[in-house]
Amino acid sequence: MATLKIPTPLRSYTNGQVEVPVEGANVAEALEHLLEKYPTLKPHLYNDEGKLRPFVNLFVGENNIKDLQGLETPLDERTRLILIPSIAGGRCSPCFPV
Amino acid sequence: MQPMLPGLTRDEILRYSRHLLIPEVGLEGQRKLKGSSALIIGTGGLGSPVALYLAAAGIGRIGLVDYDVVDSSNLQRQVIHGTATIGKLKVESARARLLDLNPDIEVEAYNQPFTSENAMQISRDYDILLDGTDNFPTRYLTNDVAVFLGKPNVYASIYRFDGQVSVFYAKQGPCYRCLFPEPPPPGLVPSCAEGGVLGVLPGTIGTIQATEALKVLLGIGEPLVGKLLLYNALDMSFDFVKLKKNPNCRVCGPQADIRELIDYEEFCGVPGHDHEEGSAGAGWDISAPELAARLQQDHLKLLDVREPHELEISALPNAVNIPLGTLAARLSELDSAEDMVVFCKAGTRSARALELLVSAGFKKVKNLKGGINAWAREVDPALPIY
Repeated sequence: MATLKIPTPLRSYTNGQVEVPVEGANVAEALEHLLEKYPTLKPHLYNDEGKLRPFVNLFVGENNIKDLQGLETPLDERTRLILIPSIAGGRCSPCFPV
Repeated sequence: MQPMLPGLTRDEILRYSRHLLIPEVGLEGQRKLKGSSALIIGTGGLGSPVALYLAAAGIGRIGLVDYDVVDSSNLQRQVIHGTATIGKLKVESARARLLDLNPDIEVEAYNQPFTSENAMQISRDYDILLDGTDNFPTRYLTNDVAVFLGKPNVYASIYRFDGQVSVFYAKQGPCYRCLFPEPPPPGLVPSCAEGGVLGVLPGTIGTIQATEALKVLLGIGEPLVGKLLLYNALDMSFDFVKLKKNPNCRVCGPQADIRELIDYEEFCGVPGHDHEEGSAGAGWDISAPELAARLQQDHLKLLDVREPHELEISALPNAVNIPLGTLAARLSELDSAEDMVVFCKAGTRSARALELLVSAGFKKVKNLKGGINAWAREVDPALPIY
């Protein structure tokens, strides 16, 4: 199963899980599956209009999904997704409290 | 034509002998370092190890930009400073330490905020920039300065247990804006450093940053151009991802439309400098002495929106604790008819809590300006400040 690596500040929303197994044929499905399991993570990744927040960077393996097929980027069993937050000093997005 | 490299004195040959023994550095490399210059923006957690190691390595001229003074709460991670320099200017404290470590280098101290007005002029005479800032506006400013001047920007950023390092060098690869085209909206980023950081984390990340700067200046190895290092101290994991130039990048792309420095505080919607004590704005704040006086006369509900582990450090009697992150879901526990004062550590989270309460129909709420730390300073000196 593909996995998604969660940065530390967001792990409180994934029961402390570091690498969360995700199911789906592409990134969009994997995120849907992730948020079904951990619904409180949703406002950190999506805005009120249901769009992925622009400062949320998702990598499939070593590559930014923006350089691939975006949310349509296909996944296979061995894919490792990494969520990269934008951080500066004591500040972090998407780690804000909601 | 390469400029003539400076020679090394007998003392310098001895001082740098462990570098001279490495073929990748050698005498010529050490002369390159002596002839090079680095500007370090921020002399805090990251700037401390960066400046110490670059000075020790013999970078001929080091510039330090900061406008803060040393505070005891810095010393858990800002190891360039010491107890003896508490209250002194950070750039002067750092400069003295660097010159003690290596009197053969020049250290220039810029005791001022790095701004759109002075950044180009300060940076122009340095070969490389090192971003050790703690806020988004200065990060975007540093990036844009590096792009406009065609200089490498060794970037590092830390948060709690996570660190990131890259070399943003628009001549050869992507810039910071290629990865993060726009800053997070201000409402989603607490505007003061309440996040905390493991003290050793900037040590780990800052020494990697210094390593990258030395590689770039020496022209050896494979600097992190087009690559981002992600470090996690809890997992002890290092991940690398590839970064590509963004063809739509507004500062380094082919159709770049930002050609000069902008107002970065406006761009990010948050102040880059001087974190004013957490305030909810005119009419919504109450100062610690005012609150103390009100509590003598009236019944006021105190709502503490900090995390439970912070209550072990300091607390106010009879306060109800609902952490900010859970407040929206727990509004039913509060009575909007009751007079209420919301507080946190320094007033930032409570200002957000107040916004949330007001938008939910609460009208009789105030924010304790400066938080429980202001209370400790101005009302109850027995409480610790953290």
